Amino acid sequence: MEFSELIRTGQAQAELLRGPEAPPLRGTLCVTGHHLLLSPGPQATPDLWLLLLRSVDSIEKRVAGDCGTITLRCKDLRVLQLDIEGVEATLNIARSIEALSSLESVITSFPFFYRPKGLRLGDAWHFHPPERYYKRVARETNAWRLSEANEDFSLCPSYPRAVIVPRAVNDDALALTARFRQGGRFPVLSYHHAPSRTVLLRSSQPLIGPQKRRCAEDEALLRAVLAGSRPGARGFIVDTRSAQTAKQARMTGGGTEAKAAYPGWKRLHRPLERGRPLQESFVHLVEACGDLEQSMDHWLSRLAGCRWLAHVKEALSTACLAAQGMEREGACILVHGAEGTDSTLVVTSLAQLILDPSSRTMAGFQELVEREWIQAGHPFQLRCAHSAFSHARPKHEAPTFLLFLDCVWQLGRQFPLSLEFGEGMLLALFDHAYASPFGTFLCNSEQERCLCEVRTRTHSLWSGLNQLKEQRKLRNPLYVPNPLALWPSVEPQSLRLWQGLFLRWTRPPEPSEAAWEKVWQIVTDQEKTEGSQPTVSASELQL
Amino acid sequence: MEHIRTTKVEQVKLLDRFSSSNKALTGTLYLTATHLLFIDFHQKETWILHHHIASVEKLALTTSGCPLVIQCKNFRTVHFIVPRERDCHDIYNSLLQLSKQAKYEDLYAFSYNPKQNDSERLRGWQLIDLAEEYQRMGVPNSNWQLSDANRDYKICETYPKELYVPRIASKPIIVGSSKFRSKGRFPVLSYYHQSKEAAICRCSQPLSGFSARCLEDEHLLQAISKANPANHYMYVVDTRPRLNAMANRAAGKGYENEDNYSNIRFQFVGIENIHVMRSSLQRLLEVSGTRGLSVGDLYSGLQSSGWLRHVQAVLGAAVVLAKAVTTESASVLVHCSDGWDRTSQVCSLGSLLLDPYYRTVRGFMVLIEKDWISFGHKFSERCGHLDGDPKEVSPVFTQFLECVWHLTEQFPQAFEFNEAFLLQIHEHIHSCQFGNFIGNCQKEREELKLKEKTYSLWPFLLEDRVKYLNPLYQPQAQEFAVLEPNTVSFNFKFWRNMYHQFDRTLHPRQSVFNIIANMNEQNKQLENDIKDLESQIKQCKNKQADGVLTKELLNSVRPESPTLKTSLCFKEQTLLPGNDALRTIDSSNPADNRYSEYAEEFSKPDPAVVSLEYGVARMTC
Repeated sequence: MEFSELIRTGQAQAELLRGPEAPPLRGTLCVTGHHLLLSPGPQATPDLWLLLLRSVDSIEKRVAGDCGTITLRCKDLRVLQLDIEGVEATLNIARSIEALSSLESVITSFPFFYRPKGLRLGDAWHFHPPERYYKRVARETNAWRLSEANEDFSLCPSYPRAVIVPRAVNDDALALTARFRQGGRFPVLSYHHAPSRTVLLRSSQPLIGPQKRRCAEDEALLRAVLAGSRPGARGFIVDTRSAQTAKQARMTGGGTEAKAAYPGWKRLHRPLERGRPLQESFVHLVEACGDLEQSMDHWLSRLAGCRWLAHVKEALSTACLAAQGMEREGACILVHGAEGTDSTLVVTSLAQLILDPSSRTMAGFQELVEREWIQAGHPFQLRCAHSAFSHARPKHEAPTFLLFLDCVWQLGRQFPLSLEFGEGMLLALFDHAYASPFGTFLCNSEQERCLCEVRTRTHSLWSGLNQLKEQRKLRNPLYVPNPLALWPSVEPQSLRLWQGLFLRWTRPPEPSEAAWEKVWQIVTDQEKTEGSQPTVSASELQL
Repeated sequence: MEHIRTTKVEQVKLLDRFSSSNKALTGTLYLTATHLLFIDFHQKETWILHHHIASVEKLALTTSGCPLVIQCKNFRTVHFIVPRERDCHDIYNSLLQLSKQAKYEDLYAFSYNPKQNDSERLRGWQLIDLAEEYQRMGVPNSNWQLSDANRDYKICETYPKELYVPRIASKPIIVGSSKFRSKGRFPVLSYYHQSKEAAICRCSQPLSGFSARCLEDEHLLQAISKANPANHYMYVVDTRPRLNAMANRAAGKGYENEDNYSNIRFQFVGIENIHVMRSSLQRLLEVSGTRGLSVGDLYSGLQSSGWLRHVQAVLGAAVVLAKAVTTESASVLVHCSDGWDRTSQVCSLGSLLLDPYYRTVRGFMVLIEKDWISFGHKFSERCGHLDGDPKEVSPVFTQFLECVWHLTEQFPQAFEFNEAFLLQIHEHIHSCQFGNFIGNCQKEREELKLKEKTYSLWPFLLEDRVKYLNPLYQPQAQEFAVLEPNTVSFNFKFWRNMYHQFDRTLHPRQSVFNIIANMNEQNKQLENDIKDLESQIKQCKNKQADGVLTKELLNSVRPESPTLKTSLCFKEQTLLPGNDALRTIDSSNPADNRYSEYAEEFSKPDPAVVSLEYGVARMTC
């Protein structure tokens, strides 16, 4: 397939309106295989305006007289308006954008063509292999091993090649356990909490089915987990579905662990929203945030009605529950829902952020996202195919990752000094998860990424973000390592709407940005003055 | 004190309002003449001023004792459990008596003694001088003059003595106009914008009824118009909803008829009255005080209380004022019914938007003195200082402070003061510890001889100035000269630090504010050190050509390099630089938060697998 077949009109004269804050831009509009370009006339600023077509979520066209208007709603929640000269040109450009922004093929996507200056291919891809995390676990405990049983993705297509499992369980037993878990996602180590010598595990639901099947190897695996932990440790299974839903899942072959089959383990149900209802919540919130004229009553009722903050609260408190079980009760925790690729990951990754100081650094957080989301098989391509504006019927879309980012933002607001990264980092992750020139969030699993050779043929987002010039945007200037666990308040009064994301393009950002600059300035002044002291004394010595 | 029967009760439990599992602190409760004091077993003290008590409630006896719930005007809610019912009853009765005083002379301010002599006290009262403030604005001038018409409070009892009016408005006009206005509150100057030559004036509603006119009043409005050379018309802003204003006509009051006044542009801005505001806040507090509140309940409660809608309306009205002055150079006359509640809010907020001076610590004090205290906002009635008509109580000033807070949130660099300053002022409008807010108007204050018998709050706040400074303040920034706040709905948030000030588990666990303030302080200090050292080096160079340095010089470098940054973060830390020990924040604890309710499940032994090991209870704190 050639992109040129999809491009109906190469270029047209247009004016771009970017919301109330930015001045409009006039120039020649141009559609290429991956981008929409607007090049201003020679007299204007030489800057080229560029939009990745992949980031267009929905497109709306209107024609009147001999010109037309295209409204582009982007996946990062921006709304752009293009006024184009010529009806024909408008329709052609609209059709081209429509076709090009919804291409499904991965290997023709922009990351496979993106070659930025200053970055080398393959630079940061191997920053965070499972082996690396295993090394850390191995320093802390001997009860776990790195298994390569999934080398060819035959046990579990959505797991990485190597996973961390109890030392006492051999690869053959793993293969049998995998057949007892949906999608082959047998329980694996997500995090080892060294101070309490307990572990956090994740999996998918067991395939109990209507016949109440059991699996000796699966039971043995969970027994081995307790045996390898602190003596006398108990286990808790945090099921992210309601007891009712979990029970109903038996009719379709799923289910949840039977009490009698897993001595020492106890089940807790913490229903978290997922899938369609979560997507709808997101859509309704974004709709509400786009309406500048609405009355206070209307706004507050929409904010309550969309239930987004309720989902944030539930996710955060479930993660706190899991973390508390480990740190305070000394219990091992297994988290799963149904597939174990969505709300499960929200809980396990947040619990680590709460407990593990090293995951709150810039590098540690990147590692966490890589390990607990990308390698753990969150189906990014399916979940982030569309953002909140798409008119298409949602299929697999769900803002699970955004829910996680929002929870992290809440955590950062309550502990403003304890995260090394700032809001900018979370915004960047949101933007790149939905549309990115980098390959990091492509595909749904490690297996697919291997098939598409994503690692060798695209650039990693991490090398992009770790460039020096990006740091001021992404870092938290006030970061001070905090060795303690972060226990956030989950009361509704303590949770806030993430204005920086949901109102990013509708509110004027200047005053708060200027304040942020000032904070940076104070911090750098601080470093400068601190740094300059020894210099003064050194110069004295030389006198 | 005749009201106090029991002064000390032991083994009292203090329940935390929000944290889980009925966590309680045990300690001793003391009742003094001015305060209720609780000292827990950590020796942490909780002081509650009797004047702060809004309501005391004795709940039904439980197995652990008799519950006593105290709601305070500063939004603190405490829940004690007193072991013996008799003690509880005694305390309950005493508090009922002590929290409601019948006479001004019984208020705390008349007995409060901060160990200052008379001249210090007097200097304190002279700290804020309104004559000086009018001079700063640029009046008197060729168009505005000081009028002595109200010298003996003859024309208007609730106005101050010094009033500024248009130079061309003669005394008969003033007297005539005052007779045509509710409570005699005729149009006078509130704020003068020097470069635009435009004025913000204030008054009460006209007694127009359905058809009455008053030529003097019409003349006075015309005089205000004429005092503004830049513009021939003026705005008259009635801050009430149109319906309320129309209803007032039936009672012989009402609003200006545009046909009778030349060149006025009349408009309503629709702020509700004190009764609506009182029940709105009451509803809000009921919702936000609910245990186990869900997110949906909070937001639908915020909506049904209407509080944020009211705040938006007040701020919106101030924006109307500021716009008229800046974009049209037009003068504005503001009134409501009596001109001491909504009018004070709107005039003071309008001035705050227009003039950066009012956004400084001192300027804000001046603003409160001018538009609230001197123009007769009825603090004692609105705050319920004395046992009086509960229908007169209303959170009008609290709402003003909330509007200011919303502005500080939108313009983090425009204000010299921080949130703690606003909270502290709020604390003292109810505390009756200082004389400033006692009484309902200047006349009453003079009669009470407050300046001789009580102290002024302002010098005490200025003494602690450092605590109230905003480290991000940018005084020179010209772009903030006039604030143009955005009043779309999503810019208004629930003010947690006000309404849950004392519920420490709800607050962020680390304060950016303190850190930045400290860094700022250190930066200054280090820069001074560098300057010092450099000058010393220079001196040495001059003195000692061969450059042998004394040890003394090296030692003069501040011995410990600042380790403040690290040490400040997770040790005991005050969230806001307020004065209350309860708000110190340490590393958080899961037991403080509601998710630890689930912890009960952790500690429940599992019947299927019970073994001794599992049965061992672990302390979770």
